[in-house]
Amino acid sequence: MSVLLDGRFRFDNYVVGASNRLAVAAGRAVAESPGASYNPLFIYSPSGLGKTHLIGAIGFAAKQLQPELVVEYVPLDDFVDQLHLAVSSGQSDAFKQRYQRVDLLLIDDVQFLTGRRETQSEMLRIFNSLQSSGRQIVMASDRPPSEIADVDERLVTRLAGGLIVDIGLPEYETRVAILRNKCAEREMTFATGVLEELARMPCGSVRELQGALNRLAAHEALGERPLTPGNVRAVITAGRMTPEYARPAAGASNDEFAGFLSDIAVAVAQHVEGWRVRLGERIAHWQSGGYRTAMLDRALSLTEEVDVDALDAAFAAGVARLEQLEAQAVLLDPRLAGLDVFRDPERVADAEARVEQAIAAHDPPPAPWPAFTLETLIAGKSNQLATRAAQSVLESPGSQYNPLFVHGGPGVGKTHLVHAVGNALRRRSALSGPVACVSGSQFVDELIAALQEGTVDRWRARYRAAGALIIDDVHALAGKERSQDELFYLFNALHSAGRQVVLASDRPPSEIGELEARLRSRFNGGLVVAIQPPDRALREALYARSLVDRAANAEQGVAALLAELPVSGAIEVESVVDRVIHAARASGGQITLSLVRRELNSGGAATPTSVPSVADKSFLDPEKMVLEWADLDGRIIEELR
Amino acid sequence: MSLVNYAAREITCKIVYYGPGRSGKTSNLHYIYNQVPGDRRGSMVSLATQTDRTLFFDFLPLDLGTISGFTTRFQLYTVPGQVYYATTRKLVLQGADGVVFVADSQRRQIEENVESMQDLHENLAEQGIDARSVPLVIQYNKQDLPRELIMDVGELDDMLNFRGVPYHSGDALRGTGVFETLRSISELVLRRLSGNAMPAAVGAGRVA
Repeated sequence: MSVLLDGRFRFDNYVVGASNRLAVAAGRAVAESPGASYNPLFIYSPSGLGKTHLIGAIGFAAKQLQPELVVEYVPLDDFVDQLHLAVSSGQSDAFKQRYQRVDLLLIDDVQFLTGRRETQSEMLRIFNSLQSSGRQIVMASDRPPSEIADVDERLVTRLAGGLIVDIGLPEYETRVAILRNKCAEREMTFATGVLEELARMPCGSVRELQGALNRLAAHEALGERPLTPGNVRAVITAGRMTPEYARPAAGASNDEFAGFLSDIAVAVAQHVEGWRVRLGERIAHWQSGGYRTAMLDRALSLTEEVDVDALDAAFAAGVARLEQLEAQAVLLDPRLAGLDVFRDPERVADAEARVEQAIAAHDPPPAPWPAFTLETLIAGKSNQLATRAAQSVLESPGSQYNPLFVHGGPGVGKTHLVHAVGNALRRRSALSGPVACVSGSQFVDELIAALQEGTVDRWRARYRAAGALIIDDVHALAGKERSQDELFYLFNALHSAGRQVVLASDRPPSEIGELEARLRSRFNGGLVVAIQPPDRALREALYARSLVDRAANAEQGVAALLAELPVSGAIEVESVVDRVIHAARASGGQITLSLVRRELNSGGAATPTSVPSVADKSFLDPEKMVLEWADLDGRIIEELR
Repeated sequence: MSLVNYAAREITCKIVYYGPGRSGKTSNLHYIYNQVPGDRRGSMVSLATQTDRTLFFDFLPLDLGTISGFTTRFQLYTVPGQVYYATTRKLVLQGADGVVFVADSQRRQIEENVESMQDLHENLAEQGIDARSVPLVIQYNKQDLPRELIMDVGELDDMLNFRGVPYHSGDALRGTGVFETLRSISELVLRRLSGNAMPAAVGAGRVA
């Protein structure tokens, strides 16, 4: 049996007033003799005025009077659901039969018939069947049948065919009676006049009246302030039980929201942890300065409290270093201001690298001499190993022969070769930095100057940012501990970054005295290649080019004749050509074979016919000769002492 | 979505109203919407079917202004209660900071309530969330209906509230218990600001 019919809704607990007298009388009549008087009975009223109570009471009373009566209460929604279920499971017959057995059918919320054609036609069939066999139908709705939109005409006439009664708003007396009934039911008592005052307030339905009563009961239970007829209104208004208050117009009071807001404020203040707030403030502070705060953000997500001050100090130290680096970088290149890398204290190392790059770009390390190119290098048997190695280096700098160590006697073309490699590397756009090309002695001098000026960091940075490093005459570093130290770290930095290092020396690494073993092993770690003094064919080529370069008026075969005699290298070739041209000018201009022969035979230490010993040769070599000793006096005095 | 952004000084709180179809979730939001001054609320987005049941979801953003220096925003969502909108329910539930379970107090709806509560737990589990760690408050709605039609709060609590979370009796249409419920869930959610997120079930105490 439906809960509605279990006796909670009865006529004796239904307060009857002028507003509902007709409906109750009709209901009683129907309950006493279903199907006899008003069939169907149609009750309508706005919600909350007791329709459901009334039809529940009809069902219960009828059952009391005739226990064998089949009474069915069904809200229209459920009726629709049952119908759909029956149709979808193919049991629509069972559904019809079920309702055709009913003696008293109570249907609630009939207004929901709107637009449901299928339900309407099914209901029409059931109505016809029930009415023809004299069985009772009672319906409740929030509006009269004529106002239920979109309903089959035939059904409307059926609905309106019996008795239509409405239930109005209860008047004051009925409201008081309802309130007193409810109080008795719940064993509540109020001060005299309280219920009457409540009943005087505007009210949309009995349900609202009950809600207001509940509010009073709750207030009374709190015991803050005794209820009097004078403050009933205030209590109810605060609770906004009436629809007028429940939907305030814009700008109306919003106590409930304000109360909620103040509670939230308390909860936030209570639960937000101090250290998180402080950390949040620091994060906001640094973020407003444009700094990345990932480091602090991570701390914020920890569950344990962290030392905010220490963390912030560490962050500030990072920021200070970045500011310093940025200032340094901006001096070199104003466009570097505000670079991302200067905004993340976790990337100080990157920022330092960026500053090194800036230094290198602003004050680039010495570049290779542009006059020395691979095109002007004449290759022959004696230097082919070295030139091939150089080609390999150019094909894949930094990966194949790193370092490339070229050694050979003076004047064989080491310097030309390494500078030429440097120039070729410079033309490669893929190189990550400038090509640093420096002689060993220059390297040492620069370091000494930097030490004097206190700019070693900067000096170092110039070389660290280099895309390739070339050191000619690296043997000049022999015995210079500090320079070797710097070269060691520079070499490691460049080598690990895959940048090419090319070294040249007059002797192989193993023969450079006073060279630290760690450097020697590194020099040997790449490719060590020797350049031999030029052979005859190369000598001839060298002479031929030299004569052409100087636009000398030479007889055919002069170059070949000159090439007969061995020389140490290209530089000696130049000095021989110098002498021959000088002699030719004295004797008329053209360099003839006879002039050359005469000149070669004229002797002198420098002539190719009498090749000097190694020691003498070095004395004659203009590249190696020291013509002026700046501090000669000091030296002598020193030694005398 | 994180509850609090300390750097931006923002608290954003997503609360999802869960429960069986027609239990009054949307009514809760409607009531709140009507109580909140116009400048504090965004427009309520409600996608409903012809018969007024929530098809997709309702969304009500509330701007609570600056509280203890934090710009505080609440986002209230409802899920569609009908069984067949399971996917939408899962979507809406994602990233919820707290859940209000709106139960229908009507005696005949008890099974729907139980099913929906199970559905909530299943959906949370599916998202890899331990239901015990999610702040949850139950509202026993429609307590204004005649006593004869409904179950009382004690009975309902025995059936639904097996974790002993805070609960409220409500009449969402008229607003009884609506703000009490919102307050209660907000309090539970905001406890998480303390870092050690407190499971709602343990020691939360009963507020009724």
